Formats: sequence, structure tokens, C-alpha cells
Amino acid sequence: MVDRIADPWGPRTPYGAGQEWPVRVDTFLDGDLRAEDVDQWVQSASILHSNGDALDIAVRDGRMVGVRGRAVDRVNRGRLDPKDLYGWQANHSPDRLTRPLVRDGDRLVETDWDTAMGRIVDRSKELLDGPGGWGHFGFYTTGQLFLEEYYTLGVIGKAGLGTPHMDGNTRLCTATSAAALKATFGADGQPGSYTDIDHCDTLALWGHNVAETQAVLWMRMLDRRRGPNPPAMLAVDPRSTAVTREADLHLPIRNGTNMALLNGLLREVIRNGWYDEEYVAAHTLGFDELSRTVDGYPPERVAEICDVPAADVRRAAELLGGSQRLLSTVLQGFYQSNQATAAACQVNNLHLLRGMIGRPGAGLYQMNGQPTAQNTRETGADGDLPGLRNWDNPDHIAELARLWNVDSEVIPHWAPPTHAMQIFRYAEQGSIKLLWISATNPAVSLPDLSRIRRILRRPELFVVVQDLFLTETAEFADVVLPGATWGEKTGTFTNVDRTVHLSEKAVESPGEARPDLDIFLEYARRMDFRDRDGRPLIRWTSPEEAFEAWKECSRGRPCDYTGLSYDRLRGGSGIQWPCTDARPEGTERLYVDGVFPTDPEVCETYGQDLATGAELLADEYRAKQPGGRAFLHADEYRPSPEVPDAEHPMLLTTGRTVYQFHTRTKTGRAPQLNAAAPDVWVELNPVDAERLGIGEGDLVGVSSARGAVQARARLSGIRPGVVFLPFHYGWFDQDPADRTPRAANELTITAWDPVSKQPLFKVAAVAVTRLAGGGGVPAPAPTVGGSAPAVAGIPATVGGPAAEATSQVGGE
Amino acid sequence: MHLALYLGLLHRAETNLADAFGQVGAAHQEEPDVFHLCAQQAKRCHGYAELLKPFVARYAEEAPAEPDRLHSELFGGTRGGGIGLLRDLQDLYLMAAECDICWTVVGQAAYGARDRDLLAVVRRCEGETAMQLKWLRSRMKQAAPQALVVAE
Repeated sequence: MVDRIADPWGPRTPYGAGQEWPVRVDTFLDGDLRAEDVDQWVQSASILHSNGDALDIAVRDGRMVGVRGRAVDRVNRGRLDPKDLYGWQANHSPDRLTRPLVRDGDRLVETDWDTAMGRIVDRSKELLDGPGGWGHFGFYTTGQLFLEEYYTLGVIGKAGLGTPHMDGNTRLCTATSAAALKATFGADGQPGSYTDIDHCDTLALWGHNVAETQAVLWMRMLDRRRGPNPPAMLAVDPRSTAVTREADLHLPIRNGTNMALLNGLLREVIRNGWYDEEYVAAHTLGFDELSRTVDGYPPERVAEICDVPAADVRRAAELLGGSQRLLSTVLQGFYQSNQATAAACQVNNLHLLRGMIGRPGAGLYQMNGQPTAQNTRETGADGDLPGLRNWDNPDHIAELARLWNVDSEVIPHWAPPTHAMQIFRYAEQGSIKLLWISATNPAVSLPDLSRIRRILRRPELFVVVQDLFLTETAEFADVVLPGATWGEKTGTFTNVDRTVHLSEKAVESPGEARPDLDIFLEYARRMDFRDRDGRPLIRWTSPEEAFEAWKECSRGRPCDYTGLSYDRLRGGSGIQWPCTDARPEGTERLYVDGVFPTDPEVCETYGQDLATGAELLADEYRAKQPGGRAFLHADEYRPSPEVPDAEHPMLLTTGRTVYQFHTRTKTGRAPQLNAAAPDVWVELNPVDAERLGIGEGDLVGVSSARGAVQARARLSGIRPGVVFLPFHYGWFDQDPADRTPRAANELTITAWDPVSKQPLFKVAAVAVTRLAGGGGVPAPAPTVGGSAPAVAGIPATVGGPAAEATSQVGGE
Repeated sequence: MHLALYLGLLHRAETNLADAFGQVGAAHQEEPDVFHLCAQQAKRCHGYAELLKPFVARYAEEAPAEPDRLHSELFGGTRGGGIGLLRDLQDLYLMAAECDICWTVVGQAAYGARDRDLLAVVRRCEGETAMQLKWLRSRMKQAAPQALVVAE
């Protein structure tokens, strides 16, 4: 038995370079149930992070009773994240939405589906009538639905209504990943494979607290670290986390200075000749400009900007420059900072310069934050077009028009699809009049919440919310549609390393809750969207038919799914795209031949200026004659738009704990997870705490130019001058009479990266004050991971008997 | 030698553009990207004007009197709303276009004067000015349909 709350990563299974990662099967079953009590195991994969851990759902008497990792799968080899072990219990939560709700004055009242859908469709038809009607619709979706649902939604938006105003909350988590991959390699698509961990000799984690965001990926890294010839490890993060404490070298740089650090590291790599001249000459463009730009960042200057010792910058460069099989991972520390895309591209540059791409151990993960974010991107339910097509390429638009049998003009392609922050701006100005929010909670997750509440409250804005629970956002809705969730519906989704998994329906959904696919199909049917020949635009009715339709859309594109089917995904391991008749087993690594999808006819973008986001034109792009070479992008370091001043002297960064996901819609309803991290806290360095007279557990006020929150103080290993707030905590479970503000996004700034349009959640200037003593009670912060206390004597976070799971090394 | 006149023209055009970027940004704070990028570009334009200063001084000694109607007025203050944003960005576009062509002209003159230092400044600034134009065009392309067709 293992308490996976106390030990989120479970027992080690060490292994050496080039060996296969040993199997370890993690299981958690309700109460005293044992495997033999389970009626049926139903195949699925994890939905509470982006790692794509394959699992089976245990069903007994028509109810979910637990989960077990799938030993056969390439991604996790049987292991599960604590969120997967316990999070499924949220499906049974008594406050699940079971009937549609409609607004009646200041209340939401239960109704039937016919009434609820009728209201949406009536309003839609009214808005669509007249020129520019398309522009009144905005869709804000998620990274947690299934591929089939996104593709259907994408077709509704792009070919049915003809609106560019569709984005996912993937804008908050993974937009920079996509933007950086497109900018460097010509198209989205992760070059590396998770198996690169098995082969690497050096691991570099760039703003990536993998131990808490993708716990199973961290287990794989830890198992290599505990085995023979372990990889060296570099971590860049202003906090002290399980990752930085494990690393051989930790650079706790000042938030918002990633670009200066990377410029400095690349300078050392180039100056010391640690780059692969042959590879650079044959497979890249832009070396001279990159060299010139980074040359202005000697280690002493980097040390000054980033506030880390120059000697450590040199050591880091030596570590990267000396590696033979370098694996990098990038996440929110880069993606949610200023110059997000530019900095993420610098990591791509590092790998191109060193020729560290497309072979075992030489890999790169521009990570995703959410389980199905990759599909939002691929299918065009966010700011991309389906099949990773280029909005500015008329041939790509014509392909979609042919596929859907609609006029090219219907498909919006006069500008890039509208990004989430701009959708909310149009709603604020009143030109978007219907905002359909599916499976996401912007009232807690977007920056500057008082502004978001103001927008959602606008009487002219018709808000549709499709979710499992009455979220903070649903409180503002005109219509609430109860969705069926993971385990209650069938579909596929794709993880960071392009592994596609099938997730089958295991149990019935509660009450009248419906699969999101059925909701979208019902809307399309009632709106009577037609193709050019007067036939229904969307003719599929089941997930499998939707998957088959998507396969045609993906044909010939980098994310080619045509070799996949539900049958092929059943039973065995997940399969990595591209998967075609020619490559029926999928594709482990992209770009093994150093040929990138930068050909003008293939590429997903003609490129953007990293400093402004200016869109470059097709002719300019063609003039570069990329010919399958990748782009080495260069840019200067520029400080964040908001830096500390006298009034707000500290820097705020936000993030997550291993026990919670997003705004806790599910994890807050799983008892073991919620007990481990029940309430907000704020992390402070003991030096700052002493200066401010703050002790562990004291009540602290944190305020920015936008708002203020209160939280109990956790004295931690975070760098001095910086405070951390977890972004999980809204108010759905607060007493309505005492909703003391605690959401981190009350404080964050409305600003975004010019290329990826990802908001800057990691750089806000704040003031911190002590409000009251804690009476000796420590902060409600977990003692593992980033919130580990800096002082002794704080009781460890444990799950107790209710959290007892099993980990069987070698299988069952 | 009339180069000083064009250097003066460009210097003033960049200074005016810097001010206009500042004003448009401040007037459209509710468009955060416009606000932040205008502030960034204002800083850049001021930087260009600073880079030009020594050349303005160097060539001023040889300069004849400034002719009439050398300078143009392209900016008369900011506007509000969706269409106001478009019009303000359009003003910036025209002002940046004036700077852009001035850089071309000054660059040609720098060749003629065999002034390598000036040429180096031109090379750096003309590329970034061209990018300002591209950014303004991209932003206007994105905003135009919503402002002109959709909004009431």
C-alpha cells in the first residue's frame, strides 16, 4: 500500500540509459474493493493533466469504482498521477448538473433540453440575420473535451456560422507551445518522444515544474536519475520545487528574464564552438542574425538582469554545450511570461544549434498544460485552422471548403482566428453578443477577474455555459447545459508527445447530462447548417463517425490520423501521429531527417515578428526560400510591461500544486485531493517574511493595481522578492456570505505575448502586508513540491487510509 | 549639401511618431496589446531620434535655410471606440510610412556622402520601421471587419 497523497510519485523503478522503463501498475479502488470485485475495466486515459497516462476505469454495478494504469501503454507503463487515482470520484459528486438551467431574472431555474436549446437557437438565428451576423458569436472552449467534439465545434464555427471568434482556454496554457513550434519548425507538432527520457544524458527543464504538472513524466525522469549513468539536470525556475531540488544546477532567475538568460546561454554555446556547424548550415536559416543578437549577452550582463551568479550561467552553458543527448522541456515559466514565444523559440534554437533533434535522447517537448489541448490546436477549435492549416494560404482554405463542401468565403481567413483575450474585449465592447463557454471557468482563470466579471455580467451579452457543475462562470450564464464527462462518453485525445488514446464510455451520465458532442450536433441540427448542395453540413452522429471525418481533414497534413481507427486504438498502447498507411505504427520522432514543414505550401504560418506579432506576408516568406530548413529566431531581451515599483515592490507568480487541477471543478470534489490542498496560500521567502513581520500561517494581504486577495503565508524556498499564489481557488465552495477574495487572478495583469497571445500570469507587481497572526496554525499549503516549508516542524501532508493505493512493480 | 534638411525632417517625424504612439497607447488602454506595444514603439522611435541627433548636428553646419512646407502634420489627436481605434492606428501607419520613406531617402544620401556611420544607423532603423508598418497593418486587418461590419 502506498499513500499517494503523502508520496505523489510512488516507489522508484530505476533504469539505465537505453533500457526500457520498467512497468509499475498503480491502482486505486474505492473503499475495500479488490480487483476481483470489479465487473469491468474500461479503457481510457487521464483527463486531469497533459501527460496522457493510459488507464482503465473500474466499473461495478454500473458505477465507477476506481482506476488502474495500463501497463501496455508507451506513455506511463502503468503509472498514474495522484489526480487520476482520486479525481474520478468527482463524477459522482452530488452537485453534478443533471438538468439544463435557464435564467429567470436573477435566478437560474431548471428546465428541459428543448427549452434550453430553443433559447440558444432563437438568439443565434436572430443574431445571424443580417450582414456581419457572424461577428456577434464568440466561442470559448477548453483543453478538456475530446477530439471529436472540438472538430465538430470547429466546423460549426468556421463553416456553419463563419466566425473567426473561437478559441480555447488553451490560450492560457499552451498557445506559446504551438506558436514556438510553428515559428521555428513551420508547423505545430512535438519533435520529441517521451522515450527520449530513456536515452538522454542531460535534462534541461525551462520553467517547468514537471513534478507537479505531469507527475508521471517526472517519475520517468526520477527513475533515470536513480539508475545507472543518470542524466545531468538543469532547472530554471524562481521557485524551489521538487524539480529544482533534484537538479544538479538550479537557476532561480528573476521572473520575466527568460529571454536574457537564453540569449546568454546561446552566446556561450556559439562562442565556445559547442554547436554543430554542419547541421546548422544544412538545416537552419538565420544563424548570423542570431549570433549577432546573442553576442550582446555576456554572462555578467545576464547575471545582472536575471540576478543569478555569472558563474552559474557559464556552468549551465557548459552542461548544455557538453551534452551528447540533450532533452529539453518547456512550460508555463516561459509560456506565461513576457516574451513567451521568443524565449520558447530560444530553446528550439538551442536544439537546432546543437543538432539535438530527431534522434533518441535528443529531444524537445514544448509542453501542453491540458489533457486534450493538442486536439484543440489540431482541429481548429482555438486560434488555428483544422489540420494545422495556414489561415493566410488560399490553397489551405480551398482544401477545407472542398472537404466541407462550402464556399471558401464562408470560412473566415482574412486575419488569424480571434484570440481569447480579444473575444472577451469584443464582448466588453458589445459587438460579440453571444458567448458560448464550454468546459472552462474564465471567471476564475482569466487575468484581472473584476474585469471579467463585469463583462460576463453585461445584460446585452447572452452567455451559454456548458459544464459539469455550477461553476463560478455558470453563475453568470443565461443558459447552462449539463455535460457528460470523461468516463460517461467516448472519444479520443492526444497528449504532448502526439500519442492518441481512445477513452471509452464506462458508465451512464447523471440525470439528463449529455455528451458535449451531442450538444454541438443538436445545435447544428437546430440551426440547420447546410453545405453548398443543401445537404446538412455535419452528417456524423456518433464519436466514431466524427473521428472518421476528422481523419479526412487531417489527411496529408503534419498531424495525419488516417492510419488510426477506434479499433486500432482499442486494447493496446496509444499510437503517435502521424499515423498513415505507410506508417501504420505511428511516428516516434519528427524531423529525423532534419527536414522541417517550412515549405510555403505546407507551413502553418508565414511567420510573425517576435517583438510585435506583426504578420509576415506570403511573398516575404517565399523569398526566404526555407526549403525544409528551420528558422533560428532572434530577439533582444525586454523587461515585462509591469515591473515592481515603490507602491508594488514585489513580483507575483502564479501556478499549481500537484493535488489540484485548474479551478478545482473536479479535483476540489475529490476528497483526498481537496484535503491535501484545501485553501489558498501565498509563498514567501523567509527573508522577505522577516522584513515584513510575517510568520508561517499569518494572514497576508496581497494587492496589485487590479485587486487584492488574502491568503495564509507559507515560508518557502521561493527567491527573495517574489511571491507565489496557486491559481486554483475561486469561490464555488466559499460561503456566499463571506467570499473573501482569494483567486490569484484578481491580481494578474491583462497583457499578453504579442505572438502567442498567451496572458502574462507570471509577472505582476504586488504589495504584501501582514493582516493578522496565524495563531501557530501553518498555512493550508501542501508540504511537498513547490510549497514545501522552509522551516521545520510543520506537519507533513498525508492522505491516510482513505488515500491508500497500490503500486505493483513489474505488473499485477 | 541638403542632407541636413532630410535628417531634420526624419528626426522630427520620428519624434512626432514617438509622441503619437504614446498618445494612441494611452487613449486605448483598454486594448492592452495596443497600449503595451505602442509604449514599446514610442520608446523605439525616441531611440531612433536620439541616434540621428549627432548626424543632424554634423551636417547642420553645411545646411542652407529650411525651405517652406518641409514638415507635414499627420496627427491631430486620438479618438475613442472601435472605429476610433482603427483611425488612430491608421494615423500611426501614415506617420510610420513617412518615417519609412525618409529612412530610404537618408540611406541613399548616406551612400552618396560615403557616411558609413549614418548608413549603419539607417540599416538598423529602417528594418524596424518597416516592422512597425507591418504590425500596424496586421492589427488593423484584424480589427477592421468587427469595427466596420459587425459593431453597431
